Amino acid sequence: MVKLAVNIDKIQLKNPVLTASGTFGYGKEFEDFIDLDRLGGYIVKGTTLHPRQGNDYPRMAETPAGMLNAVGLQNKGVDYFIDSIYPELTKYNSHMIVNLSGSTVEDYVIAAEKLNELEHMPAIELNISCPNVKEGGMAFGVSCAGAESVVKAVREVYKKTLIVKLSPNVTDVTEIARAVEAAGADSVSLINTLLGMAVDAEKRKPILSTVTGGLSGPAVKPVALRMVWQVFNAVKVPVIGIGGIMNATDAIEFMLAGATAVELGTANFIDPAVTVKVVEGIEDYMKRHSIDDVNDLIGALEV
Amino acid sequence: MKKSVKDLIILENECLNDDSHKIVFQAPDVDSDILPGQFANVLVKDSQTTFLRRPFSFYDVDVDEKSFSLIIKKVGDGTRKLCSVRPGEELSVIYPLGSGFTTPEKDEKVLLIGGGSGIAPMMLMAKKFAPQTSNIHILLGARSQKDHIVLDEFEKVGNLLLTTEDGSIGEKGYVTNHSIFKEISSFDKIYTCGPNPMMEAIGKIAKDNNIFCEVSLENTMGCGFGVCLCCVTPTQEGNKCVCTDGPVFNINELKW
Ligand SMILES: Cc1cc2nc3c(=O)[nH]c(=O)nc-3n(C[C@H](O)[C@H](O)[C@H](O)COP(=O)(O)OP(=O)(O)OC[C@H]3O[C@@H](n4cnc5c(N)ncnc54)[C@H](O)[C@@H]3O)c2cc1C
Ligand SMILES: Cc1cc2nc3c(=O)[nH]c(=O)nc-3n(C[C@H](O)[C@H](O)[C@H](O)COP(=O)(O)O)c2cc1C
Ligand code: FES
Repeated sequence: MVKLAVNIDKIQLKNPVLTASGTFGYGKEFEDFIDLDRLGGYIVKGTTLHPRQGNDYPRMAETPAGMLNAVGLQNKGVDYFIDSIYPELTKYNSHMIVNLSGSTVEDYVIAAEKLNELEHMPAIELNISCPNVKEGGMAFGVSCAGAESVVKAVREVYKKTLIVKLSPNVTDVTEIARAVEAAGADSVSLINTLLGMAVDAEKRKPILSTVTGGLSGPAVKPVALRMVWQVFNAVKVPVIGIGGIMNATDAIEFMLAGATAVELGTANFIDPAVTVKVVEGIEDYMKRHSIDDVNDLIGALEV
Repeated sequence: MKKSVKDLIILENECLNDDSHKIVFQAPDVDSDILPGQFANVLVKDSQTTFLRRPFSFYDVDVDEKSFSLIIKKVGDGTRKLCSVRPGEELSVIYPLGSGFTTPEKDEKVLLIGGGSGIAPMMLMAKKFAPQTSNIHILLGARSQKDHIVLDEFEKVGNLLLTTEDGSIGEKGYVTNHSIFKEISSFDKIYTCGPNPMMEAIGKIAKDNNIFCEVSLENTMGCGFGVCLCCVTPTQEGNKCVCTDGPVFNINELKW
């Protein structure tokens, strides 16, 4: 038996495979396809203090080996999540993590205080990197001062594991990673989507209602791998790798580059059963390479 | 029926005209629960520009033969690749997805209107409800005679009415110009699928005449099962997902 468990701060994941926010709904949408309890954990839809309608359609443009989205954090708000979704999710024993966004520091803090009370939720992922809402999100994640201010404020009210999700839309991701670590983050996850754009030449118009959107899928994987490697070498807290992971080999590449765990996003749209296949694929890889403990893969890149 | 993602064997690929193919999939688990209006999301192989799956409405479901068929119109690289699939090959499909049309009451007079690739769900609709009511009228619109496909199959399941923009077969004009609309108030229910401008025009007529009307939308999709929120349409109750709350909507729900 190979050992697949990894630790992110105080929480132990039964394996390193998580799902990326905004690509996995509330998890229950996948019940027909997979056994959620096979996952290390699942990160649910981006949630904000107040309900949001999101951006206008079209919100999606397909690109070579990827897609742009401009969903704009459509969700029913944190109270709805706590009252109507959370109770139903406690039946799964995999770790449930909510992804929290906001447009002001105060919004983040009020919502984080509420989430702190949820017994069956051991962590939150703070999204300071959404490129699709004007009044915030990414605004915090692209400067050290902005990132520090949100993380510090949330840290004061949120007592469990605090994961901070970083934006790739910066000059030096390691500076931001160090700033959020210093402000009290227990872990960093990266990358959120890369700011991009798509044009319809026939109509001479942008495809997305918002003109720009966030790029995800295999197209972003090399950028994500590079950033995970850089951040792994810059901070002490565990790094969670995200970006274009489609199979177990991709996941292992991220672990070798320094990720303790990985999140699968866009891959879920192509194959809703992909997460469990990645868990199995990591196990196979370890057997083939005679590795007993998955932790031995973390940062094991030979350079 | 539970949703699943499976590699299905292609039984047949029939070329219907220059643009459209009928593709038959072997699907051991299909049952009669599949509703007209529901769709399958198909993965395209070997296309540089196609990354996401492509949604298609069920055209026919054969519970005895354990198969279903789709009608695919070539509009881009994804549909072109799918139309070149050979019997015996496999395609990955997620199905059944979305909501279906409301079942008409016994002996209600219904009008099914299909335009372009929107004719597909109308076949399953007509087949499923033919035993219940003898009063099914099917109105299909196309640019020209050569764009009208599977007419012989439609003739078997209801009273078939046609329009073409050039008048080469049926009445000349758009579907909404057809003379059946002179007696539209005699219909109990209208169901339609096709280009949005067509459905909007039909929806308006239905509203003006106070007739129940459902439309099947074809928004572009990221996932097809309600998790990416890319396929939304504005409704009276805010943005709703076309893939899970729809694709079938009552026109009164929409902001048309
Ligand atoms: C619920 C649902 C059911 C559908 N049922 C059928 C069906 O039974 N038969 C059928 O032939 N097609 C159907 N479609 C449409 C079909 O999914 C698209 O034609 C297909 O995805 C196009 O893929 P492509 O790679 O060939 O084209 P692309 O290269 O992606 O696009 C080619 C051109 O078509 C346009 N286009 C692409 N997708 C759509 C769309 N969804 N709506 C409007 N324009 C679009 C693009 O803007 C572009 O101009 C359905 C769509 C939905 C959402
Ligand atoms: C449709 C869609 C919606 C997303 N919504 C969110 C969100 O609400 N919060 C968030 O932090 N990231 C969101 N993301 C970003 C993903 O979680 C992930 O960081 C990104 O897509 C890169 O990973 P991938 O290439 O595996 O998809 C979204 C991505 C997509 C494609
Ligand atoms: S296509 Fe993803 S939610 Fe509808």
